[in-house]
Amino acid sequence: MGKRSKVIEKDAVVIRFSGDSGDGMQLTGTLFSNTSALFGHDISTFPDYPAEIRAPQGTVGGVSGFQVHIGHKLINTPGDFTDILVAMNPAAIRANARWLRQGSTIIYDSDNFTEKHIQRAGYKSDPFVEDKLDSMNLIAAPITTLIKEALKDMDLDPKTVLRTKNMFALGMVYWLFDSKLKYTEDFIEEKFGKKPLVAEANSKVLRAGYYYGETIEALTPSYRVGPAPIKKGIYRNINGNQATAWGILAAGEKAGLKIFIGSYPITPATGILEELALRKDMGVKSLQAEDEIAGICTAIGASFAGRLAVTSTSGPGLALKSEALNLAVMTELPLVVIDVQRGGPSTGLPTKTEQADLWQALYGRNGESPVPVLAAGTPSDCFYYAFEAAKIAIEHMTPVLLLTDSYLANGSEPWRIPSMKDMPSITVPYAVKDDKDYLAYERDPETLARRWAIPGTPGLEHRVGGLEKTIKGSVSYTPENHEYMVRAREEKVEKIKVPDLKVAGKNNGDLLVIGWGSTFGQVTTAVSELREEGYKVSAAHFNYIRPLPGNTDKVFAGFKKLVVCELNTGQFANYLRMKHQKYNYHQYNKIQGLPFTVKEIKDYCIKLLEGK
Amino acid sequence: MAETNNNHYVAKDFKSDQEVRWCPGCGDHGILASLQKTLAELDLPREKYVFVSGIGCSSRLPYYMNTYGFHGIHGRAAAIATGIKVANPDLIVWEMTGDGDALAIGGNHYIHAIRRNIDIKIILFNNEIYGLTKGQYSPTSKKGLHTKTSPYGTIEEPFKIGELTIGANGRFFARTVDYNLQLSNEVYKEAARFHGTAVVEVIQNCVIFNDGAHDAFTSKETRDDNTLTLRHGEKMIFGKNRDKGIILRDLKLKVVKLGENGITEKDILTHDAHEPNPGIHYRLAGMSLPEYPVALGVIRAIDAQTYDAAMMEQHERVQAASKIRSVDDLLVSGSTWEVK
Repeated sequence: MGKRSKVIEKDAVVIRFSGDSGDGMQLTGTLFSNTSALFGHDISTFPDYPAEIRAPQGTVGGVSGFQVHIGHKLINTPGDFTDILVAMNPAAIRANARWLRQGSTIIYDSDNFTEKHIQRAGYKSDPFVEDKLDSMNLIAAPITTLIKEALKDMDLDPKTVLRTKNMFALGMVYWLFDSKLKYTEDFIEEKFGKKPLVAEANSKVLRAGYYYGETIEALTPSYRVGPAPIKKGIYRNINGNQATAWGILAAGEKAGLKIFIGSYPITPATGILEELALRKDMGVKSLQAEDEIAGICTAIGASFAGRLAVTSTSGPGLALKSEALNLAVMTELPLVVIDVQRGGPSTGLPTKTEQADLWQALYGRNGESPVPVLAAGTPSDCFYYAFEAAKIAIEHMTPVLLLTDSYLANGSEPWRIPSMKDMPSITVPYAVKDDKDYLAYERDPETLARRWAIPGTPGLEHRVGGLEKTIKGSVSYTPENHEYMVRAREEKVEKIKVPDLKVAGKNNGDLLVIGWGSTFGQVTTAVSELREEGYKVSAAHFNYIRPLPGNTDKVFAGFKKLVVCELNTGQFANYLRMKHQKYNYHQYNKIQGLPFTVKEIKDYCIKLLEGK
Repeated sequence: MAETNNNHYVAKDFKSDQEVRWCPGCGDHGILASLQKTLAELDLPREKYVFVSGIGCSSRLPYYMNTYGFHGIHGRAAAIATGIKVANPDLIVWEMTGDGDALAIGGNHYIHAIRRNIDIKIILFNNEIYGLTKGQYSPTSKKGLHTKTSPYGTIEEPFKIGELTIGANGRFFARTVDYNLQLSNEVYKEAARFHGTAVVEVIQNCVIFNDGAHDAFTSKETRDDNTLTLRHGEKMIFGKNRDKGIILRDLKLKVVKLGENGITEKDILTHDAHEPNPGIHYRLAGMSLPEYPVALGVIRAIDAQTYDAAMMEQHERVQAASKIRSVDDLLVSGSTWEVK
């Protein structure tokens, strides 16, 4: 559509949509991401929004943002700095000023830059001057005026008209990238199918935004980002919560077990319950419990009754579940507990990301309470680690804790869809009907897992519970029996075979950058850039926290220095200090409710390498 | 409920090999015996039963039943039982709990299980005391009760279990007494046959920490005059000489004497356990001495769809309309694209 006078070729571009929490920025960002992914870009997204549904309008606290990193090369992070900022009001400028790259383009709704709005955002005069952004490529678009004009012939109430603002901005960005509008138009049609007038208004405004971009072309160059060199296959966009839910479904199918989820809504984990609640067609029984404790207790009951049971939560909810989690430890029933971490302690930062529940996952329970702990590294990774968590839970008859976080849960990326025939098999250690010799706590000599006797099976009637038991399943307070059982449960978890740790880069060098869970993208990107710059740096990323990979010690031994990067004050570093004592661990920590930037990690590593 | 299988069970078939560890003289022995007798008479396959409990003296019962059993954690029996029943509605789930377990630490799960109408049978042992922790007051202890944690008497109003249950939209509520094996057997059977959450309050005596708490209506001398055993379709008549009855006057229940002030049997209320309006049931469940006799038997039994059945129905409906049958189907549903 239309000729372009000035086109800039780029390997990667970071776009951020930012506005009031009611401005529809999350949707706008998602639509742009999906359009980019369909075109063949590699992408990574980062939604960043306040906990309040509608925080005071026009304030910095109410700013909701959605960042998308699109690339002609492979993309592992949502990007440190923004190339294009779409700002619906002055508060969006204030909130994002420090994340703008030199020479960025800022598209803003100039109708919203009134004195009142400017003051509400905390500015005294011109926001662009105050934040020293006047040298950026500023594109003022009177969006409110333009949409009113575009829709003046339609019989719409003012509220509906104003709600289309985001589509105008999106249209402008589509013009900048010469993107196709089809995906968004299809979406609008589907979403507003029952309200054809609203659908028409949104489509009209989307196009108006696009053509407005064309009209003001003289003011701004457009971008071209070619498709990325992606492996062949069928792809879809997926976020961490959806991937987690689907990983559980995949494990259920492989094990021949139906799923039960008992959960209580909590940010940012609710998406998992919502996703599984949709899957009644696959026999998933979902129960929105009266509280977090009932969430896990219904799941334990369902596990006892023979389903693959799951409970999903975030840090405060995991705290409430801890007593019941120990009941699953004691009764040795398969259970997947998913903690989508957020900023803590207490209610903390409900919508922000952090990795500070690691110790809670490992140790936050009474008594000796061994639980395997896994952590996913990217949004699509959540599929595989949820699958793996379920596989371990079933095959080893134990609760398993899967750690993801807000960043993974809401972030999305293109995902090459696997075929179920390529997923590993899962063996369920069932007890056999009418087995006269069945003992509730008799263990498999190899895995130490007990057998699962499902109620309804004749001849296997037995009792389990939170009191210490003998192998036979009788209550016992005998000193020797307790010690034996404590050690057996511990050994069962330690014996779980987990894959070796992989090193990105060479197996020896000056520095090994260690990460776990959701820092994968930033750590690997930082390390690969450092290597390109000639540093002898490698990365090792942990997804298995308990037990740790068998080759951990061997990997660490290859490097002069080790640094553990994590979004807490050093929980994994201290865990490694305990488990692998002979090394000196440097720490790089950030506790701001935000992911690392690649630059932060690189700067720290260079400092460490240069001995500063 | 599953059909009978002609298993010809006797009570002994439901006794496990575990040694019963309640205090001698504890009311729990009677409850266990009448439950084992009831289950034998119901003649349903033993492997379909799951006995679930929380923590407390009452909650040890599953260990003594030769069925599947789950001894949970304090207060959570209703949630665990809910998970079991929803996961597999073919199972027959009985929850054993006490006044502390169900109404203090587990109050939330208790009211929500009832609200949802999960098809479980809740046997609530009410001894108005914490026994296993050695004698502290419970949410049903009478106001003023002196215990180790209320050395000067409690200042709390107790819950009346029936009122709480009906207030939580309970559809089945019955009351029996631990030693009254015949009434218990009758009530347990009605609970078993009921579709939905059935709550049976068992007036239970703790011989050690609250002995005689219920004597005012359970002792040999008092029980006939101070209890009213309700049966659906029968007149609300009670007393050693069956000369007292219940009438409704000015929207309140009133105890009257037959033959006095021209009162005849036809003036006396007839018990209708199946009346959906909870008004009378609430009042009957709340009757207490000295104004009223304590009501025993099935006070309320209203059929309604159970949660587990509603879920099955919804599943069938969604499955009939959906094209997704497997994970492979799911993964390629919605927006996808091919990279060639």
